[in-house]
Amino acid sequence: MMNSDSPAGAGISSGFDVAAIRQDFPALQRTVNEFPLVYFDNTAATLKPRQVIDCITRVYSDFPANVHRGIHMLSEEATNAYEETREKLARFINAASSDEIIYTLNTTDSINHVCGSWGEANIGPGDEIIVTDMEHHANFVPWQQLCKRKGARLQVVGVLGSGQLNREEFDRKLSERTKLVAVAHVSNVSGVVNPIPELARQAHAVGAMFVADCAQSVPHMPIDVQTLGADFIAFSAYKMLAPFGVGILWGRRALLDAMPPYRTGGNMIAEVSREDTRFNVTPHKFEAGTPSIADVIATGAAIDYLEALGMDAIYNHEKKISRYLHERLAALPGLRIIGDYFEGKPAIASFHLDYAHPHDIAQFLNEEGVAVRSGLHCAEPLHNALGLNSSTRASLYLYNTNEEIDRLVAAIETVAEIFA
Amino acid sequence: MDLKTLYREVILDHYKQPRNTAELRNPNREAKCRNPSCGDKISVQLSIEDGRVTDVAMLGNGCAISQASASMMTEAVKGRSIEDVEAVMAEFSEMIVKGSPDFDRARLGDLVIMEGVARLHARVRCAMCGWSALEAALHDPGAEINLDNEDGMPASSRG
Repeated sequence: MMNSDSPAGAGISSGFDVAAIRQDFPALQRTVNEFPLVYFDNTAATLKPRQVIDCITRVYSDFPANVHRGIHMLSEEATNAYEETREKLARFINAASSDEIIYTLNTTDSINHVCGSWGEANIGPGDEIIVTDMEHHANFVPWQQLCKRKGARLQVVGVLGSGQLNREEFDRKLSERTKLVAVAHVSNVSGVVNPIPELARQAHAVGAMFVADCAQSVPHMPIDVQTLGADFIAFSAYKMLAPFGVGILWGRRALLDAMPPYRTGGNMIAEVSREDTRFNVTPHKFEAGTPSIADVIATGAAIDYLEALGMDAIYNHEKKISRYLHERLAALPGLRIIGDYFEGKPAIASFHLDYAHPHDIAQFLNEEGVAVRSGLHCAEPLHNALGLNSSTRASLYLYNTNEEIDRLVAAIETVAEIFA
Repeated sequence: MDLKTLYREVILDHYKQPRNTAELRNPNREAKCRNPSCGDKISVQLSIEDGRVTDVAMLGNGCAISQASASMMTEAVKGRSIEDVEAVMAEFSEMIVKGSPDFDRARLGDLVIMEGVARLHARVRCAMCGWSALEAALHDPGAEINLDNEDGMPASSRG
């Protein structure tokens, strides 16, 4: 129904045409401090192509109605487009059914659904939950707080000097007491890719549930939930070209069916009387109240865009720019990257300069039009584990280029000139 | 003043050689401030005798702006009456947090040179870290405050 325009870069025989793709992103046409913007904060949120922006405009112009309510045409059109995104997302991650796709607000919200619904119902005193030091706070704090409420024990698995998960410690901490394991697929700081299929197999062997935080994997590489092995995955639409306000929770149908709703109220009911309420079916029982409809529909346009380029092609491009990024950064004196480079590493490099603080670095990079993140990146346990106060992070996406990496390096050299 | 000049002429001097960083032997007031966006912490120690700051120390580490601002703060308050210190705190906050041009330049003296930080909105917290620790040391000794909390900013900067 929503016929999004094809991305400019798609369907061109020469392959992945970054120059053409860049034309689709209005923000890439702007300047910052008189320099063309270099946007390297994609781990936090990506830029949006005009296809997505136009889709939002189309929804608000043509059918700005509520979903699942009206008999009238606008509501029907909105509902169809809203549900069509669910189909697209299901196909995108190879879910068994679109009923397994639940719209949330963001990854944090998705994980809170599992925690507040499955966790509240199934975790008790003496139980254990395993997380790792490389989790984003989204996949750390909810489990920590659940354990506190339930008298359960949080087991935190550390990382090695290479940035990789300490597998020996994971094996040691996993036991019959473990009821749930929650691990990031890709670290938002080190870019480490955790072996989710193996970890999930181990967790299932002791009867534990497995939650994968896929916020940094789904946007960047092909993901197939049938082979990933997790029971739940969480990710954010706005980290994959889509609008803000949309997160996704995928879960196995049988688990979702058995779970109580996380939030109650409008839209999630089948029947309400003075005495009691019968809830709607999965996924609707989890979607209480009016959702961010236009943003969900435009998420469909983002999926179209990504699929037209192809996730394999996107990942290949990112691997190439990642290699160049790491080569260039590693050659700078006094610069240390968190975690060792490995072939296939996503284009995320968090680094530390021995002569300047991350906030000062980010300030000077901004002067040159280069947008990076500085601080703890919502991953304080990882910084603590590595003995770092904070770091500066460059995270790239499908529209970034080697020329932009050169600009980052030149800007860091300016910082060196001032501080060193 | 552009950013490079601001750093070169003011901030780096204090960042590389921060003043008053020797721990006091017998401080009678102390407080800490933490900036949660980077995890940086600054402690401020005061020796107060007869309503006057006879000695001050700032301890901890952080970015150049937070270190320079805290270092300049120690120079600005050493030897001053508590009344004067309160007034300087209020004016500094007016300049940095509110970005108001109406602060009392004479009272701030050398601190006026930090005016350029007010336009770096994301760095206002960095500049206030040492000052918030100072405020807590005076009003809530022993406190460890977090800048993201509503109470993280000095009272005069709220709103």
